[in-house]
Amino acid sequence: MTFLNLVIYGIANGTLYSAVALALVLIWRSTRIVNFAQGGMLMITTFIAWDLVVKHGANYWVGLVVALLAGFVLGAVTERVLVRPVENGPPLNPVIVTLGLLLLLQSVAGMIWGNGLSSFAPEFSLTDYHVGHQVILFSPDYFFIVVAVAVVLIALYLLFQRSPLGLRMRASAFNAEVARLLGVKVGWMLTLGWGLAAMVGALAGVLIAGTQPDYMNPNAFDPLLILGFTAAVVGGLDSPIGAVVGGLAVGVIQALLDNYVSNDLDLFYSFVLLLVVLMIRPNGLFSRTAVRKV
Amino acid sequence: MLLRHGIPAVLGLGILLAVTEGLPAYRNTQLANIATEVCAVAGLTILTGLSGQISLGNGAFMFVGAYTVGLLLKHHPITHNGELVLVLLAAVLVAAIVGALVGVAAARLRGPYLAGITLALAVGLPSLPLYSHLQGPLGGHSGFSVDAPPPPNGMDYFRWQAWICVIAAVITLFLLANLSSSRVGRAFRAVRDDEIAASLAGIAVARVQILAFVISAACAGLAGGLFAIVAGSVGPNSFSLTISLGLLAAAVFGGLGTLSGAVYGSIIVTLLPSWSQDIASHVSLSDQVANNLPQAVYGVGLIVGMLLFPLGIQGLVHRVAALARNTLRTKPAGN
Amino acid sequence: MTKGSVRLFATGAVVALAVAACGGSSSGGGKPTSSAPGVTANSILIGSTQPLTGVAAPGYSEIAPASAAYFKWVNAHGGINGRKINFKYLDDAYDPTQTVTKTKQLVEQDKVFAIFEGLGTPTHEQVVNFLNQQGVPDLFVASGCLCWNDPGAHPQTFGWLPDYTREGKILGDYVKKTFPGKKIGIFAQGDDFGDNGIKGFEQEIPASGIADIEKYSPTNIKIDPLVQKLQKSGAEVVVSFTVPAFTALLKLTSLKLGFSPQLVVSSVGSDPVTLAGLITNFAKEGGATVKGSDLIQNIVTDGYLPSPADQQNSWMKLFVKIYSKYLAKKYPAFDGNIEYGLASAYTFAEALAAAGPNPTRASLVAAVEDNKFAGPNLTPYAYSSDDHSGMTGVQIGVIKGLAIQLQGTPLVTDDGSGPITPYTTAEATAPASGVPSS
Repeated sequence: MTFLNLVIYGIANGTLYSAVALALVLIWRSTRIVNFAQGGMLMITTFIAWDLVVKHGANYWVGLVVALLAGFVLGAVTERVLVRPVENGPPLNPVIVTLGLLLLLQSVAGMIWGNGLSSFAPEFSLTDYHVGHQVILFSPDYFFIVVAVAVVLIALYLLFQRSPLGLRMRASAFNAEVARLLGVKVGWMLTLGWGLAAMVGALAGVLIAGTQPDYMNPNAFDPLLILGFTAAVVGGLDSPIGAVVGGLAVGVIQALLDNYVSNDLDLFYSFVLLLVVLMIRPNGLFSRTAVRKV
Repeated sequence: MLLRHGIPAVLGLGILLAVTEGLPAYRNTQLANIATEVCAVAGLTILTGLSGQISLGNGAFMFVGAYTVGLLLKHHPITHNGELVLVLLAAVLVAAIVGALVGVAAARLRGPYLAGITLALAVGLPSLPLYSHLQGPLGGHSGFSVDAPPPPNGMDYFRWQAWICVIAAVITLFLLANLSSSRVGRAFRAVRDDEIAASLAGIAVARVQILAFVISAACAGLAGGLFAIVAGSVGPNSFSLTISLGLLAAAVFGGLGTLSGAVYGSIIVTLLPSWSQDIASHVSLSDQVANNLPQAVYGVGLIVGMLLFPLGIQGLVHRVAALARNTLRTKPAGN
Repeated sequence: MTKGSVRLFATGAVVALAVAACGGSSSGGGKPTSSAPGVTANSILIGSTQPLTGVAAPGYSEIAPASAAYFKWVNAHGGINGRKINFKYLDDAYDPTQTVTKTKQLVEQDKVFAIFEGLGTPTHEQVVNFLNQQGVPDLFVASGCLCWNDPGAHPQTFGWLPDYTREGKILGDYVKKTFPGKKIGIFAQGDDFGDNGIKGFEQEIPASGIADIEKYSPTNIKIDPLVQKLQKSGAEVVVSFTVPAFTALLKLTSLKLGFSPQLVVSSVGSDPVTLAGLITNFAKEGGATVKGSDLIQNIVTDGYLPSPADQQNSWMKLFVKIYSKYLAKKYPAFDGNIEYGLASAYTFAEALAAAGPNPTRASLVAAVEDNKFAGPNLTPYAYSSDDHSGMTGVQIGVIKGLAIQLQGTPLVTDDGSGPITPYTTAEATAPASGVPSS
């Protein structure tokens, strides 16, 4: 029973990593950039929602929608203003720019909202389900999280695989030159990609903030970048499904190893997982072709 | 062949060591910090700039070097400064071995996958002392103190630390400069530019890539060892992700792939936080804003720097130098 | 390439010159006019490193501003021996690397007289050697680590608050007497804080009498399985050596699991204002039928300073006066961290006053070892030439409303196997001016 419970708990937490990984994958697909500012961007949008809901008494769903919109704007502006100029330069420059943005966003959040601890409760109950006398480490809130991430995944699938817009976005990401010749406004597609990604990140931020009582702090989301990136790489950066599977894998492995080995080594497990997966599949679990580039 | 960069190195070293004489204590400490950073960044710029492999995790090799020095000095206290050389060489060696292991894995990986695993390494490896069964030997969360021998002949403490680090940095730069212009350096570039062409030309690509990892890990190990000696202690929290990312920022910001770039970048990344803190302390702001201002300045600095100088400071220096040359050359013609 | 290397090593020289050029701007009380570095005829400069930003900033970032407010008060009342105290505290973001650089900056560039209230175990541990090597007094480290008490190796360093082991012993004594026969579980941070707390606790209640011990890692918030194990062990009393965020997390996770033991929390993680702030929003979703602040009622903890609820206490009157004058605008709640900063600064002022009209680093250290303090501390300090630990005990308290109500008398003990005895000497009264007399 403990084992099953740990797996459930791992999946619940892993879903959150999946959401962050999804955001990273969307950006990677559109611009071939790893967005190190992702944790900072979702921290800012979560603070915006928190400001509305907790400080000004707005409805939770209003806060969530505003966070999503803010995420879209932040992502799109970042792409236009900061990423566009360095996109075609040396490959590591965007890394440094997004790192700089992460530092900037964290300090701005500290300036506006302070460096204290605050909490942002979720809309659904955190009380764990019971089966008989056995407590299952899963609550209505986690149920909502799993549903929300699943909906996002399906929406993204429909967008990319079934809509003309999605086709244009994929074309821009796959081969910008050809897409441009075919009349696709590649620049806008990339901006859209960043906007969407940051929006998924914003959702992840609000969901994560609701799971613990001390999340509203400019640095609280830092570990998510590492976990989200690990999940995305395990899944194979190009694949949204891979991101979700990667996130679940990270969550479950952590829950099991925390319990059966030691919870002191939590940060080490990501490395072990990556090592094992990448030694078997150097481009992640869900990569289709072996791309040897960058 | 080793003499190629010898004379400039000896001259540079001489000037630097002479300068420490006139510096106040804190400037010598900053010089020591810069020199430490130079060792690690120079190694990283060889790895990422020359052989084309990204690493977000060289802070982990610094961790290895620092703990090697720390543990050696803890279990075998030394009294002669000469023995420091051996201790630092041990740090280099152990870090190089770890680097070889990581390099073997890394040689199979490219781009973001390599970035991912080195990022996980940067976070994971320094967390090992927290493991309950390793807390005893490795000192747990608090780490332990590192007692280096006192300066020789009553020399000033801070000046002596600056000397140790500057000598190490100049030797590192000297060796790397030679390496870079040797056949190995050319093999690195060939692999970076086109792996398939390189292997057709008879270069063992994987072996070259592993070698690059070993070299950069060795440099980072040296930097970690210096760090432990200068700080007087080691602890797991000293090797946070910030350190690793700072190394990469310095390498790229200075101008990736060039050793002078590594020097420029190290200066900026070491001094920028204290500059931004000075700026913050000179404007009167609410605590909340003032506390966060230094980091904001740092962040903006990285962004603006990259937008304005895509090739880093080294690129800027090149442009200025070219401009100056052209002006000088055209002047007589104009007359 | 040789040209390249000339350039390379020339850059090195440029660096040195650049650094040297900046050297001229070195500020601070460097003029060696009087008895010691940082001391002038009318001022004295002390320094500190604090987590003003970063993971440990919540709560702890209030401590140094509170201390600074107390020094402002002292300066407005004529200073100590006619000298104003200038307190320069720098942000280290709880990152030991930054603690090292910032401390060196304070000592080497700003030439501070002493380091005061350096905050945190993993951070301050990295500079203790340096400070002692340089002979800089390192007063009243803000952490309950036993490691500050090592006069042989670290003659300049002094702790201040009761160490974790003493506190653990007194909590164990209370649990043994108050909850006899109940099953006991422990939830502790997996570092020296938790370990030393447990060590003290087990002096009173042997390991065989403890149903379950769960240790968390401060970087790992996924504690649900740990709390579930405590629940399964049948623990009716859970003793918790936690920082505030993890106390809140423990409380919330217990609610989620339907687990409601009596909580006994170390003073490190029991500030009611902080806890209520964290838990309030979550109360409903966590399955509670009551308000968030109600959830922390009756948590057993301890204190080593007068309770903010005790409005008749002379120290609280003084502290509230200073708080209203200098701090209330920025920090809307008078919480445990504010009181800590004020009280710790008062102790420094006492030490400085006792160090004589022309204080030197040696006379400051001697004054602390002389241990003639009469401040807001509920229990006496252990200071002597061969003991550098701080307060020798705590007083048990219970959270009522948003304050800790102290019960019984303060208890004192040592960090070994010595007995726990009541300390009955009445607390000193605050001087009317709020400034210790010399």
